[in-house]
Amino acid sequence: MVDTIQDADLDTRLSIYRMMQEGRLFEKRAQDLFLEGLVKGTSHLGIGQEAVAAGFAAALEPDDLVFCTYRGHVHTLLRGAPMGALMAELLGRANGICGGKGGSMHLTDVSHGAMGSYAIVGAHMPIAAGAAWAAKARGTRQVAVCFFGDGTTNIGTFHEALNMAAVWELPVVFVCENNLYMEYTAIRDVTAVEHPAADRASAYGLESILIDGNDADAVHAVAVRTVGRARAGEGPSLVEAVTYRHGGHSRADPGKYRPTEEVEEWLRRDPIPLYRERLLAAGADEATLQGIERDVRDAVDRATEEAREGPFPDPGTLETQLWADGGAAWRN
Amino acid sequence: MAELTYREAVARAIGQEMERDPSVYFLGEDVAAAGGVFKTTEGLLERFGPERVRDTPISEQAIIGAAMGAAMNGLRPIAELMFSDFFAVCWDMVANQIAKARYMTNGQVELPIVIRTANGGGVRFGAQHSQSVETWMMAIPGLKVVVPSTPVDMIGLFAAAVRDPDPVIVVEPKVLYASKGEVPDGEIVDRLGVARTVRDGGDVTICALGAMVPKALEAAGRLADDGVAADVIDVRSLVPLDVRAIADSVERTGHLVTVEENPRLCGWGAEIASIVADEKFYALDGPIVRVTTPHLPLPSADVLEDAAIPSVDRIVDGVRRSLG
Repeated sequence: MVDTIQDADLDTRLSIYRMMQEGRLFEKRAQDLFLEGLVKGTSHLGIGQEAVAAGFAAALEPDDLVFCTYRGHVHTLLRGAPMGALMAELLGRANGICGGKGGSMHLTDVSHGAMGSYAIVGAHMPIAAGAAWAAKARGTRQVAVCFFGDGTTNIGTFHEALNMAAVWELPVVFVCENNLYMEYTAIRDVTAVEHPAADRASAYGLESILIDGNDADAVHAVAVRTVGRARAGEGPSLVEAVTYRHGGHSRADPGKYRPTEEVEEWLRRDPIPLYRERLLAAGADEATLQGIERDVRDAVDRATEEAREGPFPDPGTLETQLWADGGAAWRN
Repeated sequence: MAELTYREAVARAIGQEMERDPSVYFLGEDVAAAGGVFKTTEGLLERFGPERVRDTPISEQAIIGAAMGAAMNGLRPIAELMFSDFFAVCWDMVANQIAKARYMTNGQVELPIVIRTANGGGVRFGAQHSQSVETWMMAIPGLKVVVPSTPVDMIGLFAAAVRDPDPVIVVEPKVLYASKGEVPDGEIVDRLGVARTVRDGGDVTICALGAMVPKALEAAGRLADDGVAADVIDVRSLVPLDVRAIADSVERTGHLVTVEENPRLCGWGAEIASIVADEKFYALDGPIVRVTTPHLPLPSADVLEDAAIPSVDRIVDGVRRSLG
């Protein structure tokens, strides 16, 4: 693995720590609200994987564009989407970020460059490439960052998008969050190579980049390098960040197919306490970290209240926003 | 005024919109250097350069996905799918992503995309390069669908599609590429959602689309010789659908016949029949008759394909059945 050195200043690292805490506590609360029956449908939590989202988020500019998956609460939040509106969307409220039309798997906040959570595996790979194509064509210096899971590396869009991005030298960074399992099946059991993304980079003329996705400093370092390369007109990158989800694939999955020792080993490698220790060793003081933790708990509490108190959508909004005229008419 | 082939009208339509709006980009397989496998895009690369007229790999998902992402970030992309049968290869992008993005995000995402495609039979290509798939798209909320049947409509409807803020699929009947028509000079811009009455009669309403329009007109001519005066409506736009034009005609004629190149089940004519049965039931003086391709994949051999696609004879027979 490469990029294990950190080169960020302490302020940046404290902000990465804050973002990881935001992601963790937001999703823990979302989980509680599920158990309370307030969130319907399903949800796919990224608890344990926060270092990837936070390390990249700290390396992006405000007008960069992020594309993520149905496991996308944290990526959307860390682009700056308002926490209350995200929580309200999970609860199906009118003040939700998508007015209750999206739900957990489709969180989107275009105003903050969170360009969508995509629930069909791999769909957003070429879409992110297209956004990067527009950035290049318009000379905006934006970079598109596309987060996806290890399972995506076996679907066609992965290969089509990487090839097109490489041939067209697009400013896009594809980030594989390899949590070792595609849904309920170990990725190694269904993949021809050991590292599902990194081992395929050479097929598209790209550098093979494999990092510890639980090391927020390593993620941030590689984010700075690959995003910078894209912004400088040097084309796309493919990053494989190895990480682990603490829970199952979705709300319905207790994750029993994973060996206990494996889960325990990865719980010991939880990116948040690891990063906390590292920050203390680097000179951050305990009071600062506790202050961050307290702020985040308060923010999650406020977001929860905002969501709980939000009104349910007016049924009159059902037939709105299919078309740009705001309506849904298909005939005269 | 000039006489253009439908094929030439495609290039003129794309050129007109790319000239007008620098945010219009065009991508597809073999569209740039080769000028398109149907020679519909010749000269565009030379006029607009390789940045705006882009050859792609054979990657239909990437073509349509890239168009979507580009539209999210300030371009107005035109994507070509060489054969409409290839929608099956990238249906996720079309039906799950592009069609739903605006609604799912409550209006945050606007997608001014045009997908244009060569559609339908009559050229002996067999079952995987001859389908009429316009009813697939019509069935997905969030997609607009137009089917120009003449060179002038190709330009006007295409321009309306490019200027529309929503995703529009422009379905080009490939059997019509060599057909000719008068086209006025200067800019041509039409409207989506407007059918055209291409022949006035009063005894029966024939609704046709795409390559079936010239056949319906020929059938109407033959019926006129027998004293039956048909309204022929070129439906032109499946979504939005000009129900009013069709309903007004049926109100006068009391008889409705649809002529559809698609296989029988769930064709666009079934939707029109359903609407007319619901809203104009008391104006009807006979059964609604649908003339369609049988519910089959299209065969390749001349004789078999000709037997499958609605013919002028079958349209005339359909009208007679409706008239009783």
